[in-house]
Amino acid sequence: MSHPAPTQAAETQPPAKRPLGGWMGYLLLAPAALWLTLFFIVPMASMVSTSLYDPTGSLESGYAMTGHVQNYLTVLADYSEQFLRSLMYAGAATIACIILGYPLAYAIAFKAGRWKNLMLVAVIAPFFTSFLIRTLSWQLILGDQAWVADTLRSLQILGENGRLLDTPVAVVTGLTYNFLPFMVLPLYTSLEKIDPRLHEAGADLYASPFTTFRKVTLPLSAPGLVAGTLLTFIPAAGDYINVELLGNPQTQMIGNVIQNLFDGGSYPEAAALSVTLMAVIVVLVLLYIRKAGTEELV
Amino acid sequence: MTTVASGRSSIGKWIGDHLIMGIGLLVLLYMFTPIFIVVLMSFNDPASRIGYSFDGFTLHNWLNPCEPNGMCDAVVLSVQIGLAATLGATFLGTLMAFALVRHRFRGRAVANVFTFLPMASPEIVMGSSLLALFVTAGFAGVLGFWTILVAHIMFCLSFVVVTVKARLAGLDPRLEQAAMDLYANEWQTFRRVTLPLVFPGILAAALLSFSLSFDDFIITNLNSGQAVTFPMYVWGANQRGIPPQINVIGTAMFLIALITVLAGELGRRRRG
Repeated sequence: MSHPAPTQAAETQPPAKRPLGGWMGYLLLAPAALWLTLFFIVPMASMVSTSLYDPTGSLESGYAMTGHVQNYLTVLADYSEQFLRSLMYAGAATIACIILGYPLAYAIAFKAGRWKNLMLVAVIAPFFTSFLIRTLSWQLILGDQAWVADTLRSLQILGENGRLLDTPVAVVTGLTYNFLPFMVLPLYTSLEKIDPRLHEAGADLYASPFTTFRKVTLPLSAPGLVAGTLLTFIPAAGDYINVELLGNPQTQMIGNVIQNLFDGGSYPEAAALSVTLMAVIVVLVLLYIRKAGTEELV
Repeated sequence: MTTVASGRSSIGKWIGDHLIMGIGLLVLLYMFTPIFIVVLMSFNDPASRIGYSFDGFTLHNWLNPCEPNGMCDAVVLSVQIGLAATLGATFLGTLMAFALVRHRFRGRAVANVFTFLPMASPEIVMGSSLLALFVTAGFAGVLGFWTILVAHIMFCLSFVVVTVKARLAGLDPRLEQAAMDLYANEWQTFRRVTLPLVFPGILAAALLSFSLSFDDFIITNLNSGQAVTFPMYVWGANQRGIPPQINVIGTAMFLIALITVLAGELGRRRRG
């Protein structure tokens, strides 16, 4: 074990057995499980079968189920560029979210004192304004005449006619902004569980604050870091709103392609792309589960 | 301890105490910058319909919030769907959270994974697969309020489970044991002890559900048929020119939610 975590061990221990047996658990679980099965799992499964339809059909004439694995090869060949771009943009946004989110989560967990709840509210407060409206205001902040672009131009960081809006930088900025709370909250949750006495113990053993952070805090916050990474990276990789509002046709991501294929009625191709994306996601989630188990997921 | 060592550790302590908090506050400022813009733009007196810049101060937008054609209808629809989705998701999700925290059963791991997956799936994939299902099942003609509601309950559910589960897991089981020791039966214990203690978590989950539902665009847009929710209105407006009243609605929503949360927090502090 690379990080023996006492708090984690306690967490994964099964709660005490209740007098009511397992059937009560199933009864409470059933309605939500049914809903998720009908409206999340069944659609996903039917999408897998759609992705194998003969792409020459249409909604009107119907599709022939031909086990057309070819769809996957076609979309991967045609859209590999957008696929790679999605992974790159989402990766960049995730790293930015960690760099911005970790200090914030740390400050809330250990430094905020009586302001803790207020700061937590501040983290989720942006949710209360529509995210489309907030993303639209980035158009203004990153606009050609705005202060940010002006400053960067006068500092020669941006060329004379350099732009921020409609560039990959704008898209990654938007993605970072939109998904930051999903990084901060899981990070905060796992940081908050850390016993502050462990920090004192580190200091007592003559570890510098940095060493204490590296050897104690960081490993103990790993579950939150990974959960936050999943919750940021995956939705960001599938997003198309930020590209539509802040990017240009050359910054299209896989979400834009799926949306366009769907709008154009190319359902089998759209489904094949969606399934590929979901496959990547399921692999990532399974890797996480192997490392951290399922109890920390939700 | 030598002076050097103590000097170093006090610098370290100062950094630990102030620098991290400073960075944290800067990050919060970054998160709030677009909201300042939204508030500012709600007082904008635009010179033209195209372009999106602050041209002058006016109260006109706040006094005539429903001026843009169809916008307030869209807001009303979004509020209706939001309330219904909140009710449904909070009820189903709370039951599930109780099952996951309080009961041992086979398939817990599967339940955990399938609660997490909707939160981690790209909306475009969930939305398009759900639309495909509705169309296959012959619901293509009735896309609208009900299909949107079904979708919203689906994606809000997981967030409710997570929020309520966290609160429930933090409860001291001795409080319930004490109630049982005082001859309260299972139901009385639940109603008088467990439920009041979990209630703040349920309330937080409901608030989160409402804002997720009110805000959703991608899944809603795919499954809405002819219905137009507020985010869909905003999306459409972005193609034709954005009326400043959109920012009035954004600001108002923000204020209402913030006041609700702060009032709750204040009440909690007063009670101790």
